[in-house]
Amino acid sequence: MNMNESISRAADNSDETVMSAQEPEAETRREDIKVEEGKTVGVPYADDPKFKLRNVEVFYGEDRAIKDISLDIARNEVISFIGPSGCGKSTFLRCLNRMNDSIDICRVKGQLMLDDEDIYHSKKDVVELRARVGMVFQKPNPFPKSIYDNVAYGPRIHGLANRKSDLDEIVENSLRKAGLWDEVKDRLDATATGMSGGQQQRLCIARAIAVSPEVILMDEPCSALDPIATAKVEELISEMSETYTIVIVTHSMQQAARVSHRTAYFHLGHLVEVNETTKVFTSPEHELTESYITGRFG
Amino acid sequence: MTDQRSQAEIVRQSLKRRYRKERRFRLYGILAIFIALASLFILFADIIGKGHTGFVKTTITLDVPLNSDAMYLDDPTDKDQISMADFSAPIIAALQTHFPEAEGGSARRELARMVGSYAPSEVRRLLEKNPELLNTTQTMEFLAHDTVSVYVKHADNPSYSIRLSERQQGWVDELVEKGVIDTSFNDVLFSRGDSREPGNAGILGAIVGSLLTMLVTLAISFPMGIAAAIYLEEFAPQNRITDFIEVNINNLAAVPSIIFGLLGLAVFIGLFGMPRSVPVVGGLVLALMTLPTIIISSRAAIKSVPPSIREAAEGIGASKMQVVLHHVVPLAMPGMLTGSIIGMAQALGETAPLLLIGMVAFIVDVPDGFFSSATVLPVQIYLWASSSEQGFVELASAGIMVLLAFMISMNALAIWLRKRLERRW
Repeated sequence: MNMNESISRAADNSDETVMSAQEPEAETRREDIKVEEGKTVGVPYADDPKFKLRNVEVFYGEDRAIKDISLDIARNEVISFIGPSGCGKSTFLRCLNRMNDSIDICRVKGQLMLDDEDIYHSKKDVVELRARVGMVFQKPNPFPKSIYDNVAYGPRIHGLANRKSDLDEIVENSLRKAGLWDEVKDRLDATATGMSGGQQQRLCIARAIAVSPEVILMDEPCSALDPIATAKVEELISEMSETYTIVIVTHSMQQAARVSHRTAYFHLGHLVEVNETTKVFTSPEHELTESYITGRFG
Repeated sequence: MTDQRSQAEIVRQSLKRRYRKERRFRLYGILAIFIALASLFILFADIIGKGHTGFVKTTITLDVPLNSDAMYLDDPTDKDQISMADFSAPIIAALQTHFPEAEGGSARRELARMVGSYAPSEVRRLLEKNPELLNTTQTMEFLAHDTVSVYVKHADNPSYSIRLSERQQGWVDELVEKGVIDTSFNDVLFSRGDSREPGNAGILGAIVGSLLTMLVTLAISFPMGIAAAIYLEEFAPQNRITDFIEVNINNLAAVPSIIFGLLGLAVFIGLFGMPRSVPVVGGLVLALMTLPTIIISSRAAIKSVPPSIREAAEGIGASKMQVVLHHVVPLAMPGMLTGSIIGMAQALGETAPLLLIGMVAFIVDVPDGFFSSATVLPVQIYLWASSSEQGFVELASAGIMVLLAFMISMNALAIWLRKRLERRW
C-alpha cells in the first residue's frame, strides 16, 4: 500500500468514525473492508490453463490500474469478470490480446502466458496473437461495408482462404455459428450498418470467429442490446463454449450467472475472488463480493 | 405559499428578459446574414453588369476588293512584295463604297481606324494562303476598333467616354443600321491568348495556364499532404519533434502567400535554375502554399474516424498498416478530398506569389506545356484591370466571371464527392 492510499484510507476511516457516532447501527461500508494486495480468495488457478497470468500490473502513466493479479483461465471455460465501474476488469481483459498497446501511456508488467508463450514478449507478433485471441466490443462496431465483407475481412487479411468458394464457406459457417445465417443469407451484400443492434453484435461475433480464434474476449457484449437480443447472444455464448475459451466482462450479474463457469470479482484494481459461478452467487467467500452481489453497493 | 408565488414571479420576470435576449440575438444573426447576402448580391450585380458585354464582340463585315494596284502587290507569293504591300488600302476602299464622300487624308485615316489594328494582317494572311484571290472581291469579317466597339456597346453609358469623331459616329450609326456592324458572341475571348487590343484579347491562355499550374499543384500537394497527415496522425510518435512539426505546419498555413512567392523565386528559380513564368514553378509554389491546408484538414478527417472501427480491425488482427489503409483512409477520404479541393480553389485564386516568379508577364501565346511561359486567370484579370484601354474593363469583369465559374464548379465537385463517398455508421 503506498503513501497516498494509506492517507486517503485514514481520512475515510476518520469520516467513518464521525458517521458511526451518529448512526451506531450503520452497516459495514465497503471502504472499511480491506483487500490484501495480490491475495485472491477462491480458486484462481487451474491445471493446464489456456492463459496463465501471474503478478499482472497495469499502469496508466503513474496510475496503477491493475494491482498484482494472478489468475488462470482454463481451456474451453467461460469466465466472467464482474465488479463495479472502474475496477479494472476491462483493462485486464484488454491485456489478454494486447489491445492496450495503442494507448501510449499504458504499461503492462508481470507474466502473461498463452499456452506457455509470453504474449508480451518483445518478439511476439501482436497480429498473430489477435488472430488467436479475438475480441467483441461493448458497442457493436461492424465496418461500414457489406455483411459478407465484414465476416470475410479477417480471413482475407490473414490469408486463410485462397479461393472464393473457401471464403464463402468460412463466411457461411461463421454466420451460422453466430446464429445469423438464416436472417441475412439473402442480403449478404447489404451494408452491415443497416442491421439492428442485436444483429450487428452477432455479426461482430461472427467476424471474430471467422478467423477461428482459440479465445474470444467479450467486453460487455450485451450492454447496448435489448433483452431479446441479449438472450440470443447469451445462448450463442453457451454454444460457443464447446469450442472456444471465452472471457466475458459484464455488468449484469444475472448474465454472469447464466453463461459462465467461473466468475471473477474485481475491486479497485484488485482481483478479490474467483470461484465457481454458483458458489460466487450463493455463498461468496469474500465480504466485498457478498456486498456487491447482494446489491449493497455497485 | 407566498414565498413560492414570489419565486414564480421572479422566474416569470427573468423569463421575459431571457426571451428578449433571445429575440435580440436572433435579430443580430438575421442582420449579419442579410448584410452578407446584400454584399454578395452587390458584388455579383456589379461584376455581371460590367462584365456581360465582355462576352460580346463587335464585328464589321465588308466586301473587300483585293485590288493589286491599290495594295502595290503583284505576286502574293513573293515575300518582299508582301512585306512592302499596303493591306489597309482594300479595307478603306471597302468602307468607301459605303461612304463615297469620305475622301482625303484625314477621312482615310478615320476610316482605317474603324477596324481593329489587326485587320490588315488578316487580309495579308488570306492572300498568303490563297494567292489566287488577288484581284477578286472577298467578304471578310473584321473585329471593330476598340473605340467603335465601346461606342456600339456603351453609347448611352456615361461612365464610358466616346473617343470617336462626330463624323465617325455618323458612319458607325449608319453601318449599324445597314447591319454591316454587328455584335455576336465573343468566341475570341475563349480561343486566344492576351493581346494589346481588347477586341483581340482572349482568356484561353490564362485558362490553360491555370489548368497546367493546378495540375502541378494537385500532383504534388495532394499525395504529399495526405501522406504527411497519415504519418503524423497514425504512425508518428508523440514527442517534441512531432510537436514542433505540428506547430510549424499550423504556422505555415497562416504565412502570407507572397512569402511563398519569394521562396519560390529564391529556391526554384535562383537555386535550381528553373525558367521564369512557367506553370511548373507556379505549381510548385502553390503546392507549398496548399500543403498546410491539406495536411490540417486531412488530419481532422482522420481524427474523426470513430475509434470503434480502429478497434474492430485491430481486434481481428489487422496490422497498423491494414487498419489505416483498409478502414481509416477510406472513411476519412471524403474529408480529405473536401479539404484538398478547398485548398486547390484557394490556390486557383492566388495572385501574389505568382507575380514574384514572373507569371505576370504579357504572354500572347496559349501555353503548350508545363515549361512554356504562361499566366493564370487571377493574374490575367489583374493585368486587364490595370490596362488603360476602355475595352479591358469589361474583359476584366468577364475574366472574373470565368474565374468564379471555375471556383463554383470546383466547390460543387467537392460537395458531390463528399456526398458520394460519405458513409454513415
